[in-house]
Amino acid sequence: MNGSDVAVQRGMRPASDQPKSASKPWRLSADFLFHKATVFAAFLAAATLFAIVIAITYDSWPAIRTFGIWRFLKSSEWDPVTQTFGAFPFIVGTLVSSAIAMLLAVPLSFGIAVFIAEIAPAWIKRPVAAAIELLAAIPSIVYGLWGLLVFAPVFAKIEPWISDHLGAIPGIGSLFQGPPMGIGMLTAGIVLAIMVLPYISSIMRDVFLVVPSSLRESAYAMGATTWEVAWQVILPYTRSAVIGGIFLGLGRALGETMAVTFVIGNSNVLSSSLLMPGATIPSVLANEFTEATTKLYLSSLIYLGLILIVVTLAVQFLAVLLIRRLGRREGTPA
Amino acid sequence: MSVYSVHAKRRVIDVASKILMGAATLVGVFFLFWILWTTLKFGLAGMHWSLFTQDTPPPGTDAFGLRNAFVGSLILLGLSMLMGVPIGLMAGTWLAEYGFRSRTANLVRFINDIMLSAPSIEIGLFAYAIVVAPMGHFSAFAGSVALAILMIPIIVRTTDEMLSLVGSDMREAAVALGAPAWVVITKVTWKAARAGILTGILIGLARITGETAPLLFTALNNQFFSTNLFRPMANIPMVIFEFALSPYANWQQMAWAAAFIAVAFVLVLSLVARSFLGKVQVPK
Repeated sequence: MNGSDVAVQRGMRPASDQPKSASKPWRLSADFLFHKATVFAAFLAAATLFAIVIAITYDSWPAIRTFGIWRFLKSSEWDPVTQTFGAFPFIVGTLVSSAIAMLLAVPLSFGIAVFIAEIAPAWIKRPVAAAIELLAAIPSIVYGLWGLLVFAPVFAKIEPWISDHLGAIPGIGSLFQGPPMGIGMLTAGIVLAIMVLPYISSIMRDVFLVVPSSLRESAYAMGATTWEVAWQVILPYTRSAVIGGIFLGLGRALGETMAVTFVIGNSNVLSSSLLMPGATIPSVLANEFTEATTKLYLSSLIYLGLILIVVTLAVQFLAVLLIRRLGRREGTPA
Repeated sequence: MSVYSVHAKRRVIDVASKILMGAATLVGVFFLFWILWTTLKFGLAGMHWSLFTQDTPPPGTDAFGLRNAFVGSLILLGLSMLMGVPIGLMAGTWLAEYGFRSRTANLVRFINDIMLSAPSIEIGLFAYAIVVAPMGHFSAFAGSVALAILMIPIIVRTTDEMLSLVGSDMREAAVALGAPAWVVITKVTWKAARAGILTGILIGLARITGETAPLLFTALNNQFFSTNLFRPMANIPMVIFEFALSPYANWQQMAWAAAFIAVAFVLVLSLVARSFLGKVQVPK
């Protein structure tokens, strides 16, 4: 359709290129204004991303000047009374809760995507795919409410079993010790896993479905089993987009706020156990932003936000890049 | 190893993997139903007619009321759409009708895809920096700015995709009749892609309905009824946040009732959007 598009495009040049028609001059100016309005809107939509980074950097400047970069990143002290702030416990909390989420969500998403794309009979495909996608429609505050008031009490009954069995393993045992409270780092990781599941699995499913059927059919014709086709034909072909989908989920997990704030326990002290309360950058922002009484306190919180957005933007950037790579090979925009 | 045992091993791996993948799907569906079921159960238990006629009660009373929060949320959503829909629609139109596959257009698409999943809490910080801080106080307007920024990328993307699906024969016919570009776009291509564009707007609306994080720094909450756009305004997500963490039984019940209504609203929007999408004709 490209050839004909060019012809249409020529007809749609800004008004200045067209011969002026004396009888209807208003048409020309309306054309010009409409074009410029769309240009402006597109510019606005794209420039917002940069404006966000600039505005957040500007607001965190007092904290950057006071604490520097390296010192802020590695300091564990977060004390509004003495006005000393450090990001370390929140950075670790964000990374650990997201890591737990990815460890759980990636294999599950792969299973769901292969099930929908390869295994499920046609009549079950649509409802199952719709159900998984509905998980993404549930607002994160509802995940938080459910996590705190429904899941945490149930999980508190499972935790003693976890610390009895996993807590005895030398080396990693200390990760699973502590009182069974139901809330904490592990709970946050599990709730995050459920939340990112639909994003990762729908990208995987979509890219699995674009694998040329000639590849798939040749493998089946050679006698390959469904698992061998999925693992040795489909996955290698779609690798970059699958990794992109995982990064997309990771970006979601890193920045997720409300659900985590409800279930992580909100302790600013770092604990060695995953069953103990912790905090992430978004959760401390949600909890303390309106309480920040001094300029430096507020600025330090926004500084945390700056760290988070730099990391998430890098992750999203890689995600979009990797997902698009497969699209280019297929000749269609992903 | 004999050929026979290699075959058996492959069969076992295949069957085991299929069972595990089916189980993974069951896990996902199980959590969906668990969450929906509890929201339904506790939400219906917290339903009172006074939720819609009374404002949020002060702590310590056993009254029920969410009127101010419902009105506030509707105002916030309406104002966000007023800002977000025109910008998103026009930006998507530029991509599909003027930008095409040019370098600039692809760059804008790339940035838009990143914006599509930027953490909502960062958008809240941005709205705080550009609206709340200069004005000196929290406001419903600031909240709408944040929500509009969240919905714009969704509308841009769907508008771009849906307009690209419109066949060029329709455009050519309109151009041949002497219609200028803006008439071709507004009267022909927008009309042809109507269902798809509307889907994008509905999905965008569903996305921002339950957003809480950006409102923490912008619209905040208000215990009282207020329609002043330049003051804090009550809204459903913030009420759920505050009431769920409170020790009062009736507040927690109201949080569930509000969550139930929010989920029902979002699910209905998603289903309507899906049915619209079914109407989009893909020309080949």
